[in-house]
Amino acid sequence: MSSQVMTAEKRKSLDESDVILEVTDLKKYFPISAGIVFQRQVGAVRAVDGISFHVIRGETLGLVGESGCGKSTTGRTILQLYRPTEGSVRFEGQELSTMSGNDLRQMRRRMQIIFQDPFASLNPRMTVGSIVSEPLQIHKIYSNKKERQQYVEQLMEKVGLNPYFINRYPHEFSGGQRQRIGIARALALEPSFIVADEPISALDVSIQAQVVNLMEELQDELNLTYLFIAHDLSMVRHICDRVAVMYLGKIVELGPVDEVYDNPQHPYTQALLSAVPVPDPQVEEDRQRIIISGDLPSPSSPPTGCNFNTRCPVRFDLCFEEPDPPLIEARPQHYVSCHRVT
Amino acid sequence: MYEEGSALSVLLDVKNLVVRFYTQEGTVFAVNGVSFELEEGETLGIVGESGSGKSVSSLALMGLIPSPPGKVESGTVMFEGRDLLTLKPDQMRLIRGKEIAMIFQDPMTSLNPVLTIGTQITESLKLHEGMNTSQSRKRAADLLDMVGIPDAYRRLDDYPHQFSGGMRQRVMIAMGLSCNPKLLIADEPTTALDVTIQAQIIELVKQLKDEFNMAMIWITHDLGVVAGIADRIQVMYGGRIMESGSSHEVFGDSRHPYTEGLLGSLPRLDSSGEEKLTQIEGSPPDMRNEPVGCPFAPRCDIRENLNLEQCWNDRPPLETVPGDGGDGTHVMSCWADIREGVA
Repeated sequence: MSSQVMTAEKRKSLDESDVILEVTDLKKYFPISAGIVFQRQVGAVRAVDGISFHVIRGETLGLVGESGCGKSTTGRTILQLYRPTEGSVRFEGQELSTMSGNDLRQMRRRMQIIFQDPFASLNPRMTVGSIVSEPLQIHKIYSNKKERQQYVEQLMEKVGLNPYFINRYPHEFSGGQRQRIGIARALALEPSFIVADEPISALDVSIQAQVVNLMEELQDELNLTYLFIAHDLSMVRHICDRVAVMYLGKIVELGPVDEVYDNPQHPYTQALLSAVPVPDPQVEEDRQRIIISGDLPSPSSPPTGCNFNTRCPVRFDLCFEEPDPPLIEARPQHYVSCHRVT
Repeated sequence: MYEEGSALSVLLDVKNLVVRFYTQEGTVFAVNGVSFELEEGETLGIVGESGSGKSVSSLALMGLIPSPPGKVESGTVMFEGRDLLTLKPDQMRLIRGKEIAMIFQDPMTSLNPVLTIGTQITESLKLHEGMNTSQSRKRAADLLDMVGIPDAYRRLDDYPHQFSGGMRQRVMIAMGLSCNPKLLIADEPTTALDVTIQAQIIELVKQLKDEFNMAMIWITHDLGVVAGIADRIQVMYGGRIMESGSSHEVFGDSRHPYTEGLLGSLPRLDSSGEEKLTQIEGSPPDMRNEPVGCPFAPRCDIRENLNLEQCWNDRPPLETVPGDGGDGTHVMSCWADIREGVA
């Protein structure tokens, strides 16, 4: 699809054995209830349906897919904002899915989230200073008010906000600046791992680059690990080291980002990548699009067999009979879940 | 009314359009002097960020600016020899939906949730084409079939919530095309959709555009989308046109610092992103300030490098770019020649 020669070398030097997060067979089902007086469960939305992956310290793992594929639920379930239905989440060697109360709260210092909508994720009645310092208060980091304020000002400077604005309210800021406030809040407790849930989708094009560059700088400076959830596949290629493609609650393809983009193996990934427009009329003229027909099936009643079999252009008998093609290593470090790929 | 020959090919001629909104928080200077032409059968892509005036200028053409608070202050919109801005509401109603149709961004909110799809499509057929119920239902079913909705006749009696996002946008397109319009204005029609559905809709519109031989204005913030469909691109910022030209000119030989910055800030799917994105500093302008000079001046690298003072005070005219080898249709609004300013 692209003429670009595959670049196999890593952008960063990462220690492959230093796994910060290990997710195994994670499931999150949301119950569907019926009945007015006697509520009973009549089904479940299988938002995340058995996914496994790991994240190496210092890397950015991209999680992509269309709306409703379970990528945001995955991020939140990892952080235990939703409790998993099944499966394990090991973060820095500790099992999170069975942890609760104070233990879990302590772990939250190490893992944070940046939300998509900077207009909804900041309390309009709190000043920037109190938004950014709230995590510090909860975890009782600075007992001295003055020190705390100094630290908040440092943080604001770090994310490119003028510390002079510490007493202003969110509505006085633009979308890009609000997202910087959200980033400062996430950094306040010096976490090692951040889930960035579509951090730039709500921003204007010219502001997106500012925020992405900031996130990259902070990663280098603070040795952060990101789980970058996005539907903008071009941005994912830019910022991520590895990428996982999700479809209907399952990971269908996983691998180093250039490898996956240049040699997509799963028919869904191929279609997804070919659907992304490139801002270059020359390229667009010669491009072959794989148009997959139809819509995403409902995650409350996924198809029998492979999840993608309702839309797949290369499906065959086995795809309807055999569920869940295993995630196999089709090329070095490049995993695919498809009956066509063996 | 108009001469045969070359003048015939210009379908829409917008001159010096100015739109303002008088709100409680002050006057919003939404569109500040926009002029462009559209030829028959041509696809114009209007690109801009939120607040750039791209949607407001197209709503103004359709006579859809809510007034108050909005007001079209000046300008002419010549469409087939008539100035749309001077037409009376009932005259405009004969053009809207028939000669010029529009599809909107969010197919959830732009369809009426309490009316069936069939009722909504047949409404304009009955009004403009004078069809009776059975004729219009048949035509509506044909249209739905054409935009790829299976089992079309039966689905006429379904309500919008029974359709998915992509299907609703197909319904919107069917409604837009129902009276064979000469011009279709599509305001971010794929922004609310996933990429695979977006690709479906773009393919559909491309194919229908040829079939109906319509002109089209495609409004978007996504430079990638217009690269594939537009003949000509118009980049807007701060209620003004910054640069306009064929899509090859604007993408391949962009001359305005804003266009250049916008293209630089986009990561590309077809290249591994080793290098840092070039970012445009600052934020888009507050449209409540009366525009003086170039709206992009506060964020412009070139202005800074060349230390240009006039950018602050004088509005640069929209003129043919220096050294344009083509037919003079590649225009931009900038005091500087970008090729000198990049140190």
